Amino acid sequence: MNTATLNTWRRRDTLAVYLREAAFQFWTVLRTPGFALPTLLFPTIFYLFFGLLFGHDKDGNVATYMLATYGTFGIMAPALFGFGVGIAMEREHGILALKRVSPMPPMAYLFAKAMMAMLFALVILTLLSALGVLFGHVRLTGGQWFTLYLTLILGTLPFCALGLAIGLRAGGQSSPAIINLIYLPMSILSGLWVPLHLFPHWLQAFAQALPAYHLSRIALGIVHMSGDSHPLVHLIYLAGFTGVCLFAALRGWRRIQDR
Amino acid sequence: MPAQDFSHSIARLSNLTKRYGGVTAVDDINLDIRRGEILALLGPNGAGKTTSVNLLLGLAQPSAGKTELFGQSPHSVEVRRRIGVMLQDARLAGQARVREVIALYAGYYPEPMSVRETLELAGIEDIAERPVNKLSGGQKQRLMFALAVCGNPELLFLDEPTAGLDVEARRALWETVRTLAEDGRTIVLTTHYLEEADALADRIVVITRGRIAATGSPAEIKRSVAQRRIRCVTRIPVPQLETLPGVSAVARIGEQVEIVSARPEPVVYKLLQMDSTLHDLEVGGARLEEAFIALTGNHTTEKAA
Repeated sequence: MNTATLNTWRRRDTLAVYLREAAFQFWTVLRTPGFALPTLLFPTIFYLFFGLLFGHDKDGNVATYMLATYGTFGIMAPALFGFGVGIAMEREHGILALKRVSPMPPMAYLFAKAMMAMLFALVILTLLSALGVLFGHVRLTGGQWFTLYLTLILGTLPFCALGLAIGLRAGGQSSPAIINLIYLPMSILSGLWVPLHLFPHWLQAFAQALPAYHLSRIALGIVHMSGDSHPLVHLIYLAGFTGVCLFAALRGWRRIQDR
Repeated sequence: MPAQDFSHSIARLSNLTKRYGGVTAVDDINLDIRRGEILALLGPNGAGKTTSVNLLLGLAQPSAGKTELFGQSPHSVEVRRRIGVMLQDARLAGQARVREVIALYAGYYPEPMSVRETLELAGIEDIAERPVNKLSGGQKQRLMFALAVCGNPELLFLDEPTAGLDVEARRALWETVRTLAEDGRTIVLTTHYLEEADALADRIVVITRGRIAATGSPAEIKRSVAQRRIRCVTRIPVPQLETLPGVSAVARIGEQVEIVSARPEPVVYKLLQMDSTLHDLEVGGARLEEAFIALTGNHTTEKAA
């Protein structure tokens, strides 16, 4: 069972492990009401109330603006909670150790969680845009739809990285509180719930330190609602933020390994 | 497989030491695990068995010394494809079904057992469709066993595999472990039950306080731990008790002393001759912990009353 076996492991077997891990992660999380329900319902309900019912307008300006901001709000949750709480729990429950002594490629674990976050992001965006088109007069070109989806799906990655850095350090019990304490204030202060221009100037300035602000600016730019800076500035900020989080995560990972 | 010959040694711990802060959990352990054997690491809780296994698996870094599996670092993926592991404090949770979890883990290995075979081997066919978070403690334990064996491993690590199982399930698992060994697999298990080590192992390594206290066949180990315990209140000082023939350990417990001996009768006779005021005499079977203390050669210990 040795020599022959080891030589027959091919690249497509590794690929299959990645895909199975991702499918397992997605279906498991989808069947966890404590994760799936708030993640899918909160942005949908918020958008319905604040974007469509209260901000009712014929030209769909408010609904379009809020599609970008509540879209940003929505896609952050599966990334932050999937990584932050998921990894903290699996670490505390010894599941991470079990995976580490198994031949699973470590990257498959991260890939699976990132794919889960992106699939949830896709579902959330689809729910929001269906509501926006049906009830909010949202009209975008095919190119705008495509770029908006692409931006907000890939936009999960900085928050995956942040969740990873937290999940590798926080305890399983405290991680949901920590993530919520980051997620909700950051969403509000980035202008995802209430447009930023209604905030005092110093708060508007503070928003520029937050990754959610920068992602929402790119999304607003796509639907022609930003009108200010070039998306490249925001992209560079998000890339730098992701890098810092990955560095912090790597250090957390080394600490776990050297235990 | 590398060119070296591992017909004898399949895994090795060399001068292995692990310190956590000021505590030495594993203290200079040297051990060869031989191909095809069932090796039991036996010792009380906190003796360093699990730490030794974690070091061997690469889950912790040694403070000194090193570990090898199949002549390689435990971090190598080729090594991990050939081992199966049941960790003591891993707790499965979540909505996934038993069958799905086994299929996922089996898929990590090049030549896994079929899911059906794994379910049968672990005796959990009846709960295959149940979500993991609906399982009882014993069922979760058997699922962990299933995950350890599903990859068809050459070398199987079982850390306290029967903790939390009832007597019947424990015996069933022992039977399964024997079957796995008959297929030529090497099995390393840790346990704090002498009975379990005796029932399964070809070789027992007794670990106490991070050190190897004894190594031998189950018969040899049983002989050396088949100790009796004498308790009494006596004026004879502890140092003098330790020098009596046939006494392997003495501990003071409140105003009583506890003397561990393989043959208590001549010791009691001698004690009564030496101290006419001796009272509250009691002779009983030694608990395994006391037998371990006797084995370490650490003669006097202070215990709380």
